[in-house]
Amino acid sequence: MIFFEDVSYSYTPGRYALEHVNLSIGEAELVAILGENGAGKTTLVKHINGLLKPQSGKVTVCGIDSKTSTVAALARKVGLVFQNPDHQLFAETVEKELAFALVNFGMSLLGTSSGVDWAMKEFELTQYRERPPFMLSGGERKRLALASVLCYDPQILILDEPTTGQDSRQKSRLATLLKSLNREGKTVIVVTHDMEFVADFIPRVVILSKGRVIAEGLAEEILTNRELLLSASLLPPQLAELSWDLALQKPSIDLEQVVSEASKLIGGAQR
Amino acid sequence: MAIIEVRDLSYSYPDSPKPSILDVNFTMDEGEFVLITGPSGCGKTTFCKCLNGLIPNSYGGTFSGSVIVDGLLTTEHQVFEIAQHVGLVFQNPENELFCTTVEREVAFGPENLALPRDEVRSRVEEALSVVGISRLWDKSPEELSGGEQQKVAIAALLAMKPKVLVLDEPTANLDPLSARSVLNILAKLNTESGVTIILVEHRLEMVAHMADRCAVLDDGRLVLAGAPGDVLYSDMVDRIGIGIPKAIQVAKRLALSSKFGKRPLSSWDLADIIKEGKR
Repeated sequence: MIFFEDVSYSYTPGRYALEHVNLSIGEAELVAILGENGAGKTTLVKHINGLLKPQSGKVTVCGIDSKTSTVAALARKVGLVFQNPDHQLFAETVEKELAFALVNFGMSLLGTSSGVDWAMKEFELTQYRERPPFMLSGGERKRLALASVLCYDPQILILDEPTTGQDSRQKSRLATLLKSLNREGKTVIVVTHDMEFVADFIPRVVILSKGRVIAEGLAEEILTNRELLLSASLLPPQLAELSWDLALQKPSIDLEQVVSEASKLIGGAQR
Repeated sequence: MAIIEVRDLSYSYPDSPKPSILDVNFTMDEGEFVLITGPSGCGKTTFCKCLNGLIPNSYGGTFSGSVIVDGLLTTEHQVFEIAQHVGLVFQNPENELFCTTVEREVAFGPENLALPRDEVRSRVEEALSVVGISRLWDKSPEELSGGEQQKVAIAALLAMKPKVLVLDEPTANLDPLSARSVLNILAKLNTESGVTIILVEHRLEMVAHMADRCAVLDDGRLVLAGAPGDVLYSDMVDRIGIGIPKAIQVAKRLALSSKFGKRPLSSWDLADIIKEGKR
């Protein structure tokens, strides 16, 4: 679905933002891209929707070489939700915001209104239909930005820091939504610093550091690898930290597993 | 001595049918570190704005009850006056920084108090050094990272020498390492300089162990307040839907409070309790 072949990119000569990146993300995958600030995460995802074209190497998305495609053509397939909703929202009302892309992609009136209704319901925005987006709270604007991308049904969905300003109930709602989109066959890529969210909900992770992919694989394995996280300047999820503090034989990011291992430790004391 | 006294506070924004804050009573002593949390839309930001007089002075709306901060009744004093006692840090530092250099930014507040030059200079130097960004004095706030910008915003308030700092999700847009560094600065300001801190924060796993008290808002009401070990271990916070840190979830599942009489707030505390229990 998405292939990076030896991709390099630099904003200023001599300093790579991406350096020889090879990566493949399949259909219907749910992947988190992790890395400290400046690691190249945003540069990477901008290559997927064609906002940036590789200076060397090749990016292929849904069989299309990004260099031969326009951003508009790729945007239909790749929906990108920005970290700061204010960089994205501009319409007069929540309803118009949601309808914008649908109308511009040539959707019928009926299709547009059902898409808008679906999105308002799914994201608990119905009560704000007539309200200007800037009157919504930070968390609500964030949901609106996501809704306005999802309602045109892109095949690949990229979310840049979707959990900032969201409370835990909204985070688990978001996770449920991402999983169901994923089950429908969509590829979902989450760029985030929220290690707890990744540990709880995202099965595969890619770690970037200084423009390079330094690890990829199962979250359970990568997020419990202390040296690796340290070298990427990432803070571990709390369960991994607890596993290390307790010197568990098999560190884990799974609550049940940590509880069961830890209770064995206590059990030993009571006997 | 109480530095903040909130009595029977209710508030509705202009044209809003529903109160954003309802019947809140809350008292804070000087030097306390209070963590405020609650689901989004619960009124946390509104509550913060009540504490420095922005509400109702700049917002209008329907305000009843009273807020007294450092002896000032907020409805009887102007915001600039209250601002010398209470500093408010917002979620997005970009919205509050506007000067061309960090130094100008931090000097802005004290200069507007018409303080003598030397005093302004020494306050700026001190504020920058407390938050650890002296080396950035001649940089433009625009070119700084989010974490550095948030530190500039905090330094700009410290230069006003407020007794109380109110921070509304100051780390929401920061990466974890910058977030931790900003939160550590708050802990230091509290313990070393005695600044009273009110912190609104979702990332409880990073701050639970720092706070003296924890207050939970839900739907405009103050529904729980007390020691973090009591509040975060109560069944009620589970129902409200607050992200309980994993270490606390594990401790609850292991029934550590009934077995050892302890309620750890961090992974290292939890590990220590289990290790001691083993011995």
